[in-house]
Amino acid sequence: MSIAAKANALWKYANPRKFLATSERVLPFFWLTSASCLVAGLVWGFFFTPDDYKQGSTVKIIYLHVPAALMAINCWLMMLATSLVWLVRRHHVSALAARAAAPVGIVMTLIALATGAIWGQPMWGTWWAWDPRLTSFLILFLFYLGYVALWEAIEDPDTAADLTSVLCLVGSVFAILSRYAVNFWNQGLHQGASVMRAGAVTGTDTEEKVSNIYFYPLLLCIVGFVLLFIALVLYRTGTEIRARRIKALLTRERVNG
Amino acid sequence: MIALLLRDLKLAFRAGGGFGLGLAFFLIVTVLVPFSVGPQAALLSTIAPGILWLGALLACLLSLDRLLALDWEDGSLDLLATAPLPLEAVVTIKALAHWLTTGLPLVLAAPVLGVLLNLPAPGFLWLVLSLLVGTPAMSVIGTFGAALTVGLKRGGLLLSLLVLPLYIPTLIFGAEVARRGATGIETQTPLLMLAGITAATIALLPFASAAVLRINLR
Amino acid sequence: MTLVVTDLAIARGGVPVLEGLSFRLEPGQALILRGPNGIGKTTLLRTLAGLQPPLAGGIDGAEDQIAYASHSDGLKPTLTVVENLSFWASVFGTHDIQPALDAFALTDLSDRYAGNLSAGQKRRLGLARMLVTDRPIWMLDEPTVSLDNTAVQMFADAVRAHLGQGGSALIATHIDLGLDAEVLDVGANKPKPSPIDGFDGGFL
Repeated sequence: MSIAAKANALWKYANPRKFLATSERVLPFFWLTSASCLVAGLVWGFFFTPDDYKQGSTVKIIYLHVPAALMAINCWLMMLATSLVWLVRRHHVSALAARAAAPVGIVMTLIALATGAIWGQPMWGTWWAWDPRLTSFLILFLFYLGYVALWEAIEDPDTAADLTSVLCLVGSVFAILSRYAVNFWNQGLHQGASVMRAGAVTGTDTEEKVSNIYFYPLLLCIVGFVLLFIALVLYRTGTEIRARRIKALLTRERVNG
Repeated sequence: MIALLLRDLKLAFRAGGGFGLGLAFFLIVTVLVPFSVGPQAALLSTIAPGILWLGALLACLLSLDRLLALDWEDGSLDLLATAPLPLEAVVTIKALAHWLTTGLPLVLAAPVLGVLLNLPAPGFLWLVLSLLVGTPAMSVIGTFGAALTVGLKRGGLLLSLLVLPLYIPTLIFGAEVARRGATGIETQTPLLMLAGITAATIALLPFASAAVLRINLR
Repeated sequence: MTLVVTDLAIARGGVPVLEGLSFRLEPGQALILRGPNGIGKTTLLRTLAGLQPPLAGGIDGAEDQIAYASHSDGLKPTLTVVENLSFWASVFGTHDIQPALDAFALTDLSDRYAGNLSAGQKRRLGLARMLVTDRPIWMLDEPTVSLDNTAVQMFADAVRAHLGQGGSALIATHIDLGLDAEVLDVGANKPKPSPIDGFDGGFL
């Protein structure tokens, strides 16, 4: 199959029926694999890794904190992508997927903030510091709130999809701007991103690396969170499609008597 | 285009136009600050640049829900949308009118309120300059928020929720300039960043505002 | 300028309201739009005026040719009659508002604030706006609401003069204006319920 043909084949999932049928088939797989990854990763991480020589056992909150933070950002990126697809191709499923993902993103952001506070208390001696990274997540949280509030406020589903998509686009630009502004505003306590740097993975980075002992269970947790996110979004998108269908059928009934 | 600007200015200055409300709000917020944090001159002069920036920002926000909503209610927006004027120009003019009636008076009033808060002498110039550069961005961003919520019955609160996060970069760099200026530190970098944000929002955001306005007019 | 509408389908709030609508509006011609309440006359006028996209079908010759008057007149209560009218004149790039004032007997009211006008006077001012747009195709949505008989006559005369200059008009109204106009009844264009299994079938 050529690339173009493959791309065309992908769009067939924009049909709500096709999407529902397929997502119902693959959902059990995502639930199961994400649950096993999370259980394995968390048990491994919590009980079978040594305490850090500086941070003690508090370091183990990393298994929730880092994956949640990653998903908080990736969820917004996914919403950005699906919003663009809606604006360009007008596939309803795409807009509904963005709507379905937002609350998941909010929860992920909250988990990242809460675990960060719990971790920060013993480490920095304070629940909250206006550290750039923490502040950026707080700002991301505000953007999520606005996005969800706009969806909720508008009656007509297509108008809501259009407006929230534009807000998502504009919001993304301003979120990035805020990130740079916040960095400029306060150099912080937080260590750099721990996972994505090459040094962290190879273990050559001396100061702030996540060493291999912690890294493999962390990787497992991240995979688990990604799968959990996919499962939640597929599931919630299904719900949104059904809610939309009910609304459409009710309107139909009212109009046609 | 000039006609629209003149009409909006006229409407703002006539009875019930709301001109001066933002200014009065700015004054009251500034007066309330010493009541809440105490009258110590040293403390006030430390927080003065930040408080004045925050006050100006909130005063800007206050008048946003009237920016397009009035034209929406009396049908002018429908008629403007079918007029030869592109909607991009309409929203730009609306933002300009908002700045002239809200932003600019705030800039001019800020030094007077700075005296009330013991703003250090070197800070006045930078406060005015940063507000002068930053308030246009607030009007343009606010117009985008107003365009997003124009069709909603009770859009005011939602408008704040949508617009305030978008104000964050402007606030950070603007207040940074004012704070640095007041303490005599170099202000060039944040001032350039602030000017960059303002220029970019003026250049790009009207397209987004016009797009959401079109969606709302459907 | 001829307005050609072919096989038009339109929707309001995501619900199709009219379909399969075709007509031509020639220069010098007036069409009276009829149909029961809620059939979609306002939606049709808004679609033709370019405020919302059609579901399907074609609209030719409408771009930048239409002057649209909706239910609300877009008047500012704190501007005078002249100020309101000259604003719209300059937006549409015309300047002489005196003929419009004369046609709707507004000259005596020219310095009054629009907020102090009666409902009928406001409506007259709203209709006078059509004259300063200098556009050939008028789209009027229930133009005679709150007008007395004299004012209705003024309006009918203004439309006649407009048609005489090669303009055209599409008017949604239920009263007889005494115009030599054809009637476009859209009552028959109510869409049949569409089958539920289209591509986005789950939704529509």
